[in-house]
This record gives sequence, structure tokens and C-alpha cells, in this order.
Amino acid sequence: MRDLFTQGTYFAASIFFILGLRSLTHPDRARAGMNQAAIGMLLAVIGTLFVQEIVTYQWIVAGIIIGTVIGVPLGTRVKMTGMPQVVAISHAFGALAATLVGVNEWIIHDFGAQVSSGTMAALGFETLFGALTVTGSVMAWGKLQEVLPGKPITWPGQNVMNLSLLAGTVGLFGWLVWNPANPLAFWLMLGLSFCIGILMVLPIGGADMPVVVSLLNSYAGLAAAATGFAIGNNVLIITGALNGASGFLLSMLMSKAMNRSLTNVLFGAFGGTPAAVGSGTEGLSVRATSAEDVAVQLAYAQHVIVIPGYGLAVAQAQHVVRELAELIEKKGGEVKYAIHPVAGRMPGHMNVILAEANVPYDRLYDMDEINDQFDQCDVALVVGANDVVNPAARTDPSSPIFGMPILNADRARSILVLKRGMSAGFAGIENELFYDPKTAMLFGDAKASLTKLVAEIKAL
Amino acid sequence: MNAMVVIQLYVFVLAGFVGYQVISRVPPLLHTPLMSATNAISGISLVGSLVAAGSGDHRISNILGCLAVACAMINVVGGFIITDRMLKLFKRADKSAEAK
Repeated sequence: MRDLFTQGTYFAASIFFILGLRSLTHPDRARAGMNQAAIGMLLAVIGTLFVQEIVTYQWIVAGIIIGTVIGVPLGTRVKMTGMPQVVAISHAFGALAATLVGVNEWIIHDFGAQVSSGTMAALGFETLFGALTVTGSVMAWGKLQEVLPGKPITWPGQNVMNLSLLAGTVGLFGWLVWNPANPLAFWLMLGLSFCIGILMVLPIGGADMPVVVSLLNSYAGLAAAATGFAIGNNVLIITGALNGASGFLLSMLMSKAMNRSLTNVLFGAFGGTPAAVGSGTEGLSVRATSAEDVAVQLAYAQHVIVIPGYGLAVAQAQHVVRELAELIEKKGGEVKYAIHPVAGRMPGHMNVILAEANVPYDRLYDMDEINDQFDQCDVALVVGANDVVNPAARTDPSSPIFGMPILNADRARSILVLKRGMSAGFAGIENELFYDPKTAMLFGDAKASLTKLVAEIKAL
Repeated sequence: MNAMVVIQLYVFVLAGFVGYQVISRVPPLLHTPLMSATNAISGISLVGSLVAAGSGDHRISNILGCLAVACAMINVVGGFIITDRMLKLFKRADKSAEAK
């Protein structure tokens, strides 16, 4: 009877989780759907507390209190710009939980002596993926938080070394499945998995973090699913599979948006050596402009497309952008926002940053939706973006970003670029767009420039 | 390979397909909330941690389980709070005009 109750709650939780994710197809329904998912989680926890194996509660209560005391501030204090870091660190905690459960299962079954090969396969998978997700996520957090250098850290023979370590770990895993009661192999595998997590993320640059964070999301899911196999729990298997699929799908989407294969992101060490300076920009000059000139142009523009990049978030300029957009709209123009899939530090990050600044979500357009509209656009306003509007991706086969889908800013009637200076983007490539005769550059801090623009337009 | 494992494999693969179908319909607009949402629900490993922490047979289970419960709880609580905070931000043009 008790067992039936527990299984019932797990069943309900699985359904609520799927419905919750399904609700994320539309922003209006999403919140209600996620509340359902939270109720599903609560049900599963209550159901578990009635399981017969649980005889003592003080450790559970202690764990729940510690987790809540850390989790609540983690959730409430994070700024929207810092979201990728928190998601990364949250992956680390989830994966650590899975790893600990795996290690515990192995220890209490007499250090593997009472573990069947099948169960060992699940346990091994769980600890391997769990452990590498823990350290990988911490590394990703470090790079995003800029505690660690964002540049890729590489050395000769790195890929060979990493792959042989991985092969060694998989070998130990195989040995354990064959003979689970092998403490040396178990601890060595666990230790190596932790190392692989670190080594895997070291050579990946800050700009590629959206892919890494998505991939770690997927790994955390797989570790949870493996836990489900090991302890025979379907809700864990289902949730792990959902999570694994979602992380995998997102990392594929992100790689595609950068026109690179997943393998290339993971092993390519993009930007490790400064790329050759772009073609044909020498001898060309940029046209610098002033806020006064631009203000007139923007005030009378009919159709403006804002192209925000991560630089906008760094300068905390999202609120001023919204203010500027409202002014243009008041003067009779129309403002849309073009969001490149890799604008920001994780999938969809820019949308959240703009939503926080009260930009209505129906003004935010995906690349595919808006790329045809640049032809009718009077001003394309590029704020803190660079590589995602570089026409070299379309025209220059020698460019490292050749083939990457970009926003067609160069097709607008005029282009206004807000930029700190003439430094190259993440990819370290010159941008011809800046030398285009249609382009005017407004140099300076994005927030200061925008504030000046707002003041100028108001004064008109 | 026993029947139990076979069923588990079915569950895993089918759930993976469902996940793929459901998630490929999520618009890029909501990809960040999607990630924190899947992150939050992956805290379901809390279930396994609870069983370990409440075990009566091994002190080591209690300790590792307690740590695991704390970690999974951070994941769940943090994840759901963050997701909700983000989803709260997404407003339509007319609604945000009313708010002013």
C-alpha cells in the first residue's frame, strides 16, 4: 500500500514535469506550468519519505535545511546577467548529489562485492558522468565569473592527453563492470572523472560557454538517469532522459549557430591563437559620429532594429536601450530587437536580460524571423555586438567564422555601431561592417552613449 | 538481462524522445528559463538522496545521503526560484504598458 502511494507520486511527478516543460513553449503559460512541476517535485519528495527503507529522519531534515539555506539566496540574489554562472554551479550541485548517491550505493553493497555487473554499469556511468559534470561545471562557473581566465588554456598534445585519460577511465569502467568488487578501479575511476571535467573545460574559451553549459546540463541529466537505473527508480530515469535530451538539443543548436560542430567546440580551442586579421580592412577608414547627429537620424527613423550583444549587458545598458526605444516609438518609429542565438553567455540569455529591462517579449525576434526585415530598416543599431554582424561570415571563406549565420545588419539603409573602441570581437577578427560607408560609429561606453542619445532626442 | 532492466531501457528511450519533441518546440526566447527549469527538475536525484540519508543500516549512508540531500535541495530550490523569477519578467507590450 505504501509502495503504491510512493509509485503514484512518482507517476504524477513525471507527468507534471513533462507538462511543465511543455508549458515553456509559450511565455504566457510558462509560469503556471513550472509551478505544476514544482508541485510534482514536492509530491515525489513526500512519496519518498514513506518508503520503507527510510527509518531515520534527522539526517534528511539536516540535509533539507542546509540545502534550503544555501539554495534560497542562490536563487533570489542572482542578477539576470549572472544567470549562466548560477546555472553552471547549480549543475555542479545536482551532479554532486548523483555522484554521492552512486558512491554510497557501491560502498554499502560491501564495496562492490554485492553489486551485479548490470547494476555496476549503471553505478559506474552515474559516478563517471556525475563527477566530470561537477568539476566541469565548477570550471565553467570560474570562466563565466572571470575567476579563471576566459581565454582557452592549451598546450601541445592536450587532446591526445585528454583522450587517453578518457580512454583510461572508460577502461577502468569496463574493468569494474567485469569485477565490481575492485576498490582500486572504483576510486581511480572517480578521481580520473573529476580530472577529466577540469581538463575538458580548460581549452574552451569564454565565448563557447553557451555550448559547454548546455552540454553539462545534458551530462547532469544522464547522471540522474543512471541513478534511476542503479536504484530502480523510473521518475529519475524519465527526468534524466528529459534533461539529457534538452541539454543535447541546446548544445547542438548553439554549435549550429556558430557554424561549428560540437567536436570542434570541444576540441578546437577556437581563438587560442589570434586569428589572422581580416581581409581588406587596411587603408579603409571608419566614420566616427557624434550623439547630436545620430539623435536626429534616430528620432525620425521609421523602422529601427536594435542588435544587442553581450557588451550591452556588461555595460548595464539594457534599461537605457529600452528608454531610447520608447522615445523613438513616441516619435512614430517602430523598434524591434534582433536576437542572435549566441548573443549572451547561454542559450536565450539576451532575451532574459532585455525582459528584465521591461522590453516586451513580442518585440524580441529570433534571427530567422527578422533577417528578411533588415532591407526595410532605416537604422540598425548595433550595441555591444560584433561577430554576429560580421559580413565576413558570408563572404570571406578564409575567415574563421565563415559560414556562421549572422544578422543581416549590413542590409539596413544605415548602420549605427555603439562601441568602446576598435578592438576585435571574441573571435579576434576584424569586422568589415565597421568600414562600410553606410556605417557610423559612436565610440564610448555603451551606457554613456545611449544616455547622451536619449537626452539629445528629448531635446529635439 | 532481466525484465526490469528492459522496462527501464524502454522508459529511458521513450522519455528521451518525448523530451526531444517537447523541447524542440520551446522558442529560443525561453531557452534560458528552459535550461534552469530542466536543471531544477534534475534535482529529482533528491529522491535517491533521501533514501540514502534515511537508511537505518549504515552510518556512511546517512552522511553521504545528508550531503547529497543538501546538494540536490540547492539544485531544486535554487532552480525553481530562478526559473520563476525569469518567467515573471516576460511581458507582452500591452501588459507592460498597463503596468506603467
